[in-house]
Amino acid sequence: MTVQDSTATLLKSTSAHHSPSTYYHSMAEADTVISVRNFSLWYSKKRALTNVTIDFPRNQITALIGPSGCGKSTLLRAINRMNDLIKGVRTEGNILIDGNDIYAKGVDPVEVRRRIGMVFQKPNPFPRSIRENILFGAKINGYKGDYDQLVEECLRRAALWDEVKDDLNKSGLALSGGQQQRLCIARAIAVAPEVILMDEPCSALDPISTLRIEELMRDLAKQYTILVVTHNMQQASRVADNVAFMLSDDVTTGMLVEYGPTSEVFTNPKSKRTEDYITGRFG
Amino acid sequence: MASIRTHFEQQLRELQDDTLVLGSMVDSAIASAVDALKRRDLEASNRVIDEDNLIDRKRWEIEQRSIMIIATQQPTASDLRFLYAIASIITDLERMADHAEGIAKISLMIGDNPLPKPLIDIPRMCDVSRSMLRRSLDAFVNRDAEGAKAVAQEDDLVDALYDQVYRELLTIMIENPRTITIATYLLWAAHNLERIADRVTNICERVVYTVTGRMEEINVSKY
Repeated sequence: MTVQDSTATLLKSTSAHHSPSTYYHSMAEADTVISVRNFSLWYSKKRALTNVTIDFPRNQITALIGPSGCGKSTLLRAINRMNDLIKGVRTEGNILIDGNDIYAKGVDPVEVRRRIGMVFQKPNPFPRSIRENILFGAKINGYKGDYDQLVEECLRRAALWDEVKDDLNKSGLALSGGQQQRLCIARAIAVAPEVILMDEPCSALDPISTLRIEELMRDLAKQYTILVVTHNMQQASRVADNVAFMLSDDVTTGMLVEYGPTSEVFTNPKSKRTEDYITGRFG
Repeated sequence: MASIRTHFEQQLRELQDDTLVLGSMVDSAIASAVDALKRRDLEASNRVIDEDNLIDRKRWEIEQRSIMIIATQQPTASDLRFLYAIASIITDLERMADHAEGIAKISLMIGDNPLPKPLIDIPRMCDVSRSMLRRSLDAFVNRDAEGAKAVAQEDDLVDALYDQVYRELLTIMIENPRTITIATYLLWAAHNLERIADRVTNICERVVYTVTGRMEEINVSKY
């Protein structure tokens, strides 16, 4: 190949991958996994979400950002019906997973939670061995395959295998915080979910463990759709393909203000309120 | 709504103020270079060359502070666009000063030789370019994208003056080939001014980017 040829190839590939219009297309045309339609939620009389409508694209990472009390964790928990466990919760609107309403009559919330795994703020492994942590959910869901293979595969995908492979019978609680969180991710993917919800997954971790989890999230996004709630805007900008900004004000609680590609939201947000929040002018 | 980042905002304000100081140093260098060329004041031309170091130093200082702010404050959105614009604007300003220095060096090359004609259009090019420079920086401070676009359009006027200078000097050279060397030097001086106006257009593009987030070419120079 001549220098001219390789330059021409490079120019071609550069324009194909980096033009903003190409990027927008990728979001607009992406296959939607979760479709939230005009969704509202109340905790007894207190409204926590107001008419939220948003589509989450498959195999992408979407970060939900916003100040405390904006409804981002509530929205996340609504997506695998975790809020059902709280007394007095009432919802309106729909949440569709692959086109099926998860709030429709007859839908089993346990099956919803199998398809939509969750990782919490504080790592919460079961007080059992590393191996049992992975197999617990799989066994409940009637997994009939090779257990050893499943354990290895999940730990490898969670980038934990090399660190624990000689100690699989050690208690999950004996691991470091970052390792525990990766174990929780391995446990979540053991039941073959389509979507992984992460609620502040790194807030209890040191910076290096945080970067490891973020790398892992990028890897996992090749196979799963990830929704992450984070207070850390640098994390959202590093890891997410798309960012949704939520807010509560005096009139409306838990509304979606802006949703777009991360590059756009962090360089040129459309809404003044997004701009004020991400630039730290929110007083 | 009250801001909670007063220290950061203070840093951004100081950076903008210093960019204006740099702009004013460059403006003054352009004016002095053309004035010295016109008056045949070689001492003044030498001063322009010497003072270019101060401009270089000021540019590096602003750039270093911008990098420090980016590293420590993690700016986003309009703050990020503003800091990126500053880095780009100070580079253009510093290059404009190099063009002014170029004019001063041309003046020294002409030395004691007489000019083939009194300078009229070159000082006019200088006036228009300087006015564009000052108003482009005003547009930056006022976050005035429309104002910046209007300033950029005036580059056409500088191009037209450059055409005029070129035609006139060519005529003089054809009529009297002994003037070719000095006339060519003057053509170089005019070219430096034409480039200065082009760089003002770059600044205007950065103003539009700072305000709107859109990167666009707002006036393509003829040259």
